[in-house]
Amino acid sequence: MINSSLKQFGELLQTKKISSVELTQTFLNRITQHNPSINAYIALDEAKTLAQARVADTRIAAGNAAPLTGIPIAQKDIFCAMGWKTTCGSKMLANFVAPYDAHVITQFDNAGAVNLGKTNMDEFAMGSSNETSYFGGVKNPWSFDRVPGGSSGGSAAAVAARLCAAATGTDTGGSIRQPASLCGFTGLKPTYGVVSRFGMIAFASSLDQAGPMAKSAEDCALMMNVMAGFDERDSTSLNREKEDYTRNLNLPLQGLKIGLPKEFFAEGLDAGVGKIIEAAIAEYKKLGATIIDISLPNTSLSIPVYYVLAPAEASSNLSRYDGVRYGHRAAEYTDLMDMYNKSRAEGFGAEVKRRILIGTYVLSAGYYDAYYLKAQQIRRLIAQDFVEAFKKCDVIMGPAAPSTAFKAGEKVDDPVAMYLQDIYTISTNLAGLPGMSVPAGFSDGLPVGLQIIGNYFDEARMLNVAHQYQQVTDWHTAMPELALSKEVK
Amino acid sequence: MALSIEDIKKVAHLARIEVSDSDAAATLTKLTGILGLIEQMQAVDTTGIVPMSHSQDLSQRLRDDAVTKTNLRDEFQKNAPALGNGSAEQAVAGGLYLVPKVIE
Amino acid sequence: MEWEVVIGLETHTQLKTNTKIFSGASVKYGAEPNTQACEVSLALPGVLPVLNRQAVECAIKFGLAINAHIAPRSVFARKNYFYPDLPKGYQISQFELPVVGKGAVTIQVPAVGKNAAYEKVVNITRAHLEEDAGKSVHGAVEGMSGIDLNRAGTPLLEIVTEPDMRSAAEAVAYAKKLHELVQWIDICDGNMQEGSFRCDVNVSVRPKGSEKLGTRREIKNLNSFKFMTQAIEYETRWQIETLEDGGTIHQATVLFNPDTGETRAMRSKEEANDYRYFPDPDLLPLVISEADKARVLVNMPELPEAMKARFEVQYGLSTYDANALTTSRDLANYFVETTNFGVDAKQAANWVMGSVAAKLNAEDKAIVDSPISAQQLAQLLKRISDNTISNNAAKQVFEAMWNSEGEVDAIIAAKGLKQESDSGAIEVIIDEVLAANAAMVEEFKAGKEKAFNALVGQAMKASKGKANPTQVNDILKKKLSA
Repeated sequence: MINSSLKQFGELLQTKKISSVELTQTFLNRITQHNPSINAYIALDEAKTLAQARVADTRIAAGNAAPLTGIPIAQKDIFCAMGWKTTCGSKMLANFVAPYDAHVITQFDNAGAVNLGKTNMDEFAMGSSNETSYFGGVKNPWSFDRVPGGSSGGSAAAVAARLCAAATGTDTGGSIRQPASLCGFTGLKPTYGVVSRFGMIAFASSLDQAGPMAKSAEDCALMMNVMAGFDERDSTSLNREKEDYTRNLNLPLQGLKIGLPKEFFAEGLDAGVGKIIEAAIAEYKKLGATIIDISLPNTSLSIPVYYVLAPAEASSNLSRYDGVRYGHRAAEYTDLMDMYNKSRAEGFGAEVKRRILIGTYVLSAGYYDAYYLKAQQIRRLIAQDFVEAFKKCDVIMGPAAPSTAFKAGEKVDDPVAMYLQDIYTISTNLAGLPGMSVPAGFSDGLPVGLQIIGNYFDEARMLNVAHQYQQVTDWHTAMPELALSKEVK
Repeated sequence: MALSIEDIKKVAHLARIEVSDSDAAATLTKLTGILGLIEQMQAVDTTGIVPMSHSQDLSQRLRDDAVTKTNLRDEFQKNAPALGNGSAEQAVAGGLYLVPKVIE
Repeated sequence: MEWEVVIGLETHTQLKTNTKIFSGASVKYGAEPNTQACEVSLALPGVLPVLNRQAVECAIKFGLAINAHIAPRSVFARKNYFYPDLPKGYQISQFELPVVGKGAVTIQVPAVGKNAAYEKVVNITRAHLEEDAGKSVHGAVEGMSGIDLNRAGTPLLEIVTEPDMRSAAEAVAYAKKLHELVQWIDICDGNMQEGSFRCDVNVSVRPKGSEKLGTRREIKNLNSFKFMTQAIEYETRWQIETLEDGGTIHQATVLFNPDTGETRAMRSKEEANDYRYFPDPDLLPLVISEADKARVLVNMPELPEAMKARFEVQYGLSTYDANALTTSRDLANYFVETTNFGVDAKQAANWVMGSVAAKLNAEDKAIVDSPISAQQLAQLLKRISDNTISNNAAKQVFEAMWNSEGEVDAIIAAKGLKQESDSGAIEVIIDEVLAANAAMVEEFKAGKEKAFNALVGQAMKASKGKANPTQVNDILKKKLSA
């Protein structure tokens, strides 16, 4: 049952085969059993969660159910949820209880979904392995000695281990897609501005975007129907007509033009991953797609550009954590300056501090033009590469990550190697384009994700492209052993 | 542009993050590596290219000048940190947030 | 050596809005600490700014009022620095692309000693929108400062001049003019006590004739014109003395202490700042179209310069009078209202700038607080022109009205100030005067003109001052030439 799709869960609930309280309790039990070893959740509140489930059951009974009513969803701990501890994976916010809801949380509440708990993440979403979390690393459910990817590592592990029906994530440079690839499920980063950032703790404001992390494309479409929407509290939220992301799922792919950027298959791509992506492309050919060779010539520059822009924005976004109004304040200090210096030195972890320092440096007097301005100029070149590419094709495909899940500790001391994890994902954030990762197979027993990049606002088509693939493959239904073993009674 | 220990200290001061001498040395090594990565940008000719701040070319939406916020001070101040320096009490008094004396 | 002082001003005007520049929290003055500090004002995690339309319209209005270029596209930037009253650790301001570009303000510098009054154009470099910081309150808890963020996020328009002013008098004349203008166009309440209008004054000195600017020191947060004069004069003297003693001026931010009349460098600003400005990714470019400007223009009151010109043409006033009457919108309104009750404009102008202004000055009152309304003043002036009272009697009536002793006609009656205009009665009085002063009559007839005035005086005296002096003149002249 736990491997059901959101649609199936919805049917079970609405036909009263199961109550939301029962379904929620099932997941809570699984969490109790597996979370101590996986560490996917960092805040749980059974009473609150079950209260929401009861409300959902009342709503279902009243016949007012929406598609996700009563379904337990895991929320990345980057989203403020009223009355919940909201830490962003940081010691800085270890005791912060959100006094308001993020727009995403409100949207799920309105849909009648149940908040199952807050998931672990890289501190302030800075990381690709979930190893920078103050609350400890997260195990990849497919192999406990490996990382789940990051920064949405907790949500990723929770979806993969079936510790939730679906989860939310955020993606600044790949933080939905890379863990989706490493943990073997479907994740979507929408077009920038489609999902409101209000109440979502900022990392790099011009790149951050929330999206669904779920088993299938169909599940992601249903999640998008809840998450997307205009919010007047976010100046960058797009005021667009509400769309049904499931509307195109069943369209045939005959005539689909898939662009394969040569830069995504160059040096640095693991051979095993490459083979699986090729196999997936072959599958698409069978579905009637045509393959077009394209080039995104500035791909390799996306990493340097990102590691200027994101830290610069972050260095400023994280200045509010000063120990004055909330958050960590040093226990001992001599004066105001000392309080600032110590509170921030103690409250932030090593990677966050590194990025704040880099960001401060690139913005500082004398360096702004050479770094920040230059990066913004190249950002435009990167975006233009996509404009050119989409003149030739409907979607772009390639790997979501250069390798399968790596071992915990393997890259933690080498930030540059860690940053290269995002080589295939970052450019879409810089351009503001939507991107997905779809399970495409296994290399040495570890999941591999196929990335699908679409044009602006083309999420419904991308979901269609992924869904059709998932009709002829079953990679997305594969569960790691821990999950399977519990299902078999 | 080679980074020095002094640069690290200056930047850490601007960012209000205390770094010990040994931290500074370790940070220098890592940041030098990251800057090396960033330096790739310098090879690109960007003459005449308009910097891109946002992914979409849109303009700022304006909000009506109507009061929508109510007083939630007590709620917000529940998150105030402990005063520190031996006091576990919250760093608030009379509705004010307390900090070490500000010298103008 | 002769020195020249060079002054530029940066003025923070608090815009007249109900809410903060980036959130719907009230900006009402005087609330209990932090009760108007919403989640955006407090910079809680995950909150975002959304720009207040009213603040933008105020900026456009100001730009139009000073004939400035209004940027079709301006950008909000973050100014990064740590301070407890700055909750985000950055101030949202405008840096490279401000909303208002170059403009100008004409100032009237009053006469001082033997130096005559003169006009001067002060160039405005730019004006940009930004948010105010909160306040640090000292003394509530021993050794600590208390932070009140009610003011954090209040909309400000920072108006920056070129270094065009050459004396404290010019700087103050500019500040006063700007203070009037922002109230005239209703974008700021002008309340300096509450900090709605605060000036930072950049002062440097250089040898007279030198083209090169000296090193400037910035006097922060002057919130009274008196302090501004004192601070600039002290700072100028200090800089000149320092240089004459062989010292050098270092760029600094200084505070003025009204108790000592001195300036001192701020400790918190000792280190060189590196604000790391960059475009705020949470806000999109502010786009202002011609239509937006036109919409604001509809609500723009007639500006002082235009009104001044109109007063000269419409009412035949002198440039001096027209200037004086347009120093504030309330004063101009009072004048216009007075004339609207059908009194002569020149007469109204004389009284408004004379008796009314003198009283207001003496009692430090604004025109809106005048105990005599425009209608009441008009009533008084009508009683002069319809010969009910003399000009002298009118002064007495004015006094009484100012002290709220009643309406014009009631005061005239109560004080018996109505003048005698019955020519028969006046003739009787004059006949008596002529009979009693035969010697004077003889003198007049002998060609002594002065004697005529003496006879008028006697007649006025005999009427106890109530006779209409024009009639007395006329009748006396007739009788003497008979």
